[in-house]
Amino acid sequence: MMLDNFLVRSALAGIAIALAAGPLGCFVVWRRMAYFGDATAHAAILGVALSFAFSLSVFAGVLVAALVMATTVSRLYGGIYAMDTLLGVTAHAALAIGLVAVSFLSGVRMDLMAYLFGDILAVNTTDLAVIWLGAMAVVLILGVRWSALLIATLNSDVATAGGLDPRREQLVLTLALAVLVAVAIKVVGALLITAMLIIPAAAARPFSRTPETMAAVAAIIGTLSVLGGLAASVEWDTPTGPSIVAFATIVFLVSNIVMWMNRRRRLSHLR
Amino acid sequence: MSLMRAHEVGVRYGGSRILRDINFSIDRGEIVTIVGPNGSGKSTFLRVLIGAQTPSEGRVERAPALRIGYVPQRLSIDYTMPITVARFLALSGNSDRTQTAVLLQRVGIADRANRQMIDLSGGEFQRVLLAQALLREPDILVLDEPTQGLDPPAVAAFYRLIEECRQELECAVLLVSHDLHVVMGQSDRVVCLNGHVCCEGTPTAVSAAPAYRALFGLDTEDALALYRHHHDHLHPIESNP
Repeated sequence: MMLDNFLVRSALAGIAIALAAGPLGCFVVWRRMAYFGDATAHAAILGVALSFAFSLSVFAGVLVAALVMATTVSRLYGGIYAMDTLLGVTAHAALAIGLVAVSFLSGVRMDLMAYLFGDILAVNTTDLAVIWLGAMAVVLILGVRWSALLIATLNSDVATAGGLDPRREQLVLTLALAVLVAVAIKVVGALLITAMLIIPAAAARPFSRTPETMAAVAAIIGTLSVLGGLAASVEWDTPTGPSIVAFATIVFLVSNIVMWMNRRRRLSHLR
Repeated sequence: MSLMRAHEVGVRYGGSRILRDINFSIDRGEIVTIVGPNGSGKSTFLRVLIGAQTPSEGRVERAPALRIGYVPQRLSIDYTMPITVARFLALSGNSDRTQTAVLLQRVGIADRANRQMIDLSGGEFQRVLLAQALLREPDILVLDEPTQGLDPPAVAAFYRLIEECRQELECAVLLVSHDLHVVMGQSDRVVCLNGHVCCEGTPTAVSAAPAYRALFGLDTEDALALYRHHHDHLHPIESNP
């Protein structure tokens, strides 16, 4: 069977993440939530420790930790500290405390590197099913709330006047982010999840005239990066997660250089 | 019944009291202008009325199923968000293309439908925001300093347009403005706000009221007095009889 091939499983797992991270990443970029993504993703390490301590599935542990982190940060917002300070504290605190907690679990043999940087090549068919389920849930919820999310992103007061509740839309994004982190930790790892959200979205920006195209292009760039990174890692025996992110970064650079050159050409025509 | 009503509304933010003891209501078809110095809580008050800010004291009532068209003081679109004028307007929930085209024509930017929002000038941007509010066919149009960045002829045209829309939609208009003399003439009622309602009434009554004149420093020639706050002034005509 096709799924017996570990490379096929890896590619499919990566593509699922890319398809969900594309549109979700656009919101992360538009709403300047990059640090928020980091905080949620770093909490995943705490979730891993949790799942080993209570012998839960890793997905469940990470989902709970990510959800708690995301809602806590949302609530603390508006206090004494600016959002970036708050997130800088919580993101790194979650990571550090998670790493300390993991070190206490001496009875369990676990490969920390696999959770920090992902271990896409070790994805089994059950993982694959959970990953697709989670990723498609994210795509579905973003699709259903798309217009409301866009209005709330553009201006929360206009959204309120139009009968929407911006806090509910924020909650939708928080939830989607937590689910994505939970399913992506095996693929790219806690440290690189934010990269999969932001880099394809930022690379898609120069090619897009509407939010919808940007989301679609980001998903495509993410998919290409998964395939490219996977191929590179097989070819040169490099770590797969980082290779995928490196590939996406190259696409980002090329897309921005192309845009810059186009703009220069247009300007020189005007002269 | 009035469209919106505020009872003894107060707002605290941190330790400071931004608004206190505000009673206010607006009826269908009315044009009400709120004037007041910078930092007098005008925008906060609008946000309380549309439900974007919960008052710390008092309560706000809105007519059931009230449709609000809101134009915020500032709407900054992040450079990373690609969105055309047409797509932005479609987000108002009204996807009728002919209606959108007619409206863009009326606000004077018919040729901008396929432009990116971030490429618009300040004036064009304000018109798109107004079009967005009008597309909702509102019962009440709430405008927070809508003419910022417009030159004087454009300001006059903007208010004419609002007056036309009011007559067609039979909606109420509630606006915060700095264009005192322009706006006053068209308002049914003016509310002078400085944390509390200093005075209110017809434009003529308010512009003659000592509380208003003191607040805007109209009795002195010092231009800076426009921004001077007189928190402990006396009230020869008391608000909210």
